[in-house]
Amino acid sequence: MNTIFKPDTFRNDFTFANSPAAIKRFPFPFCEDTYTYSLDMEPHVAGPAGSVYEYPIDIDDHYVSDMADRAHVLKDDPLRCQAFPHMMTAQWDLLELLMTSMARAYPHQFTLHRNGDQWHWINKTLGIDDKFRFGDISTLSYEPMEYIARQCQGDFTLLDQRDNNLWLDGGIATSQADWSLDFSLGMNFMEWHGAEPVAHDTGVSDHALNSLLNVQQNSPVRRLNWTMTLNPRLDNSPENYDIWGRDRATVTPANVGDKVHLRVELQAVWRLPRSNALVISTRTYFLKMRELLTQPNWARRFPRVLKSLPAELVDAKGITRYRDVTLDWLNPYDDGQATPTGCLFK
Amino acid sequence: MLVSGNKSRPIYRGLEPDTFAKHNIIVTDGDGCAAVIEMAIAAGDAFSKRCTVLLCTKDLSDHERDESVRALGPATVWFFPTLETLLTRLDGMLRTARMGTRLYASGSEPLIGSTVKTALAHGIDHRSVSTEHRGSNKRRVQCVHCKGMTEDVTSTAVRCAHCGHTLLVHDQYSRRLAAYMGVRADAEVLGETPASIGVFQ
Repeated sequence: MNTIFKPDTFRNDFTFANSPAAIKRFPFPFCEDTYTYSLDMEPHVAGPAGSVYEYPIDIDDHYVSDMADRAHVLKDDPLRCQAFPHMMTAQWDLLELLMTSMARAYPHQFTLHRNGDQWHWINKTLGIDDKFRFGDISTLSYEPMEYIARQCQGDFTLLDQRDNNLWLDGGIATSQADWSLDFSLGMNFMEWHGAEPVAHDTGVSDHALNSLLNVQQNSPVRRLNWTMTLNPRLDNSPENYDIWGRDRATVTPANVGDKVHLRVELQAVWRLPRSNALVISTRTYFLKMRELLTQPNWARRFPRVLKSLPAELVDAKGITRYRDVTLDWLNPYDDGQATPTGCLFK
Repeated sequence: MLVSGNKSRPIYRGLEPDTFAKHNIIVTDGDGCAAVIEMAIAAGDAFSKRCTVLLCTKDLSDHERDESVRALGPATVWFFPTLETLLTRLDGMLRTARMGTRLYASGSEPLIGSTVKTALAHGIDHRSVSTEHRGSNKRRVQCVHCKGMTEDVTSTAVRCAHCGHTLLVHDQYSRRLAAYMGVRADAEVLGETPASIGVFQ
């Protein structure tokens, strides 16, 4: 349970950093020293105490600053949160999932009282105390998805299931790794992931779609996805590419340690009970290259993975301009020793 | 980047007459009309009598237009000087369309995309629209930054008609917007724009 929230920023002066405890729980996504393209989906079950898997929804010590950043993005660009009218039931499903999960996991921060459809939600950390009628949008200050996503870390996408496909018919995205909700809204799963250079050829896309179509209620699944980001900038949207794209040409041997970040997404997927839609929670974690060095096995494994990344994925992840300078900086810290087999985080 | 084989790009399966439809609404342009004529001839007069063709005459001479009408036989043909005027009529038609109406689009991608977009707004499933791409490969491009649309784009880099920045035209396509994504070409290094190649002629 976090009671102290760090006053970090994810823009302008970028004061975000991980505490030693936060580094230890960082979901380091590589299970071997070479890169393999895979889905690696597993049941989203409770993990060890203190880990990012301890609770279904992970709230950490960046919560307050994370929510401030989301509010900032939504103020600038309301199109980051959109849903088709037929997704309203799914929005309520999402509100229920998040409120119940958060209240159960962090009772000192969040409280939910339910009496039939009369709900009372208290978010002590953000100073919110609202009574509303479940199912009646006129009793909330925003539509249900926006209301609760403004109080929960992670982006959310609502997928309608029909015709043996999944349709991106709603979502909120303010901390995304270079995809546009506004542009992708209404696409099916294959169209949405249309630009993935390897996924379609290797059958990973088909496998992913089939797995997701079969996700059952009360049996959520998860996977880790990764890319790299310059500065701890949550909002890496195509809309603002002309702001963050500039960073890519500014990496030097002197600033790799603080500027280059491993960006990991914990993607968790739930089947929603009323709508039969899916929700994907995409929760972003950053790790500075300097912070990576504090874990010797990560410092060995990461440059090895980066070296083995196929050229088309280097391009797709947008790291072409700074991969080599990052590798040069990391290489001295890889002493060549073998790394333990499998996952390297608890 | 232009990623060939992007799965968001629409697939045009070719015009297929629905001989059971009570009413066929066909949207087309100068190049697409040839495909409509082929379909009409193959399906016969009984089909053509139930067709209303919305023809965008923008790139047609009067003679070509008259030849098209003749070739379409008993179909009802309406002329529109631009795609915009055509879509206004289509929107009005779909508002009062009845069960048993089938929609077709044949011609440039912006024409097909705009037809499908209009259909979506009336609750028509995009997969039920019969489509055939003919003629130009020009694209409709949405600037991801200012959200403005730039029409008739024929090269990989284009100046946004709204914010004025040079956009790189991606292969990602949005059916909802009927447009490809355009992203600032010099976002990473100011002033560094790749050569524009005219691949969408």
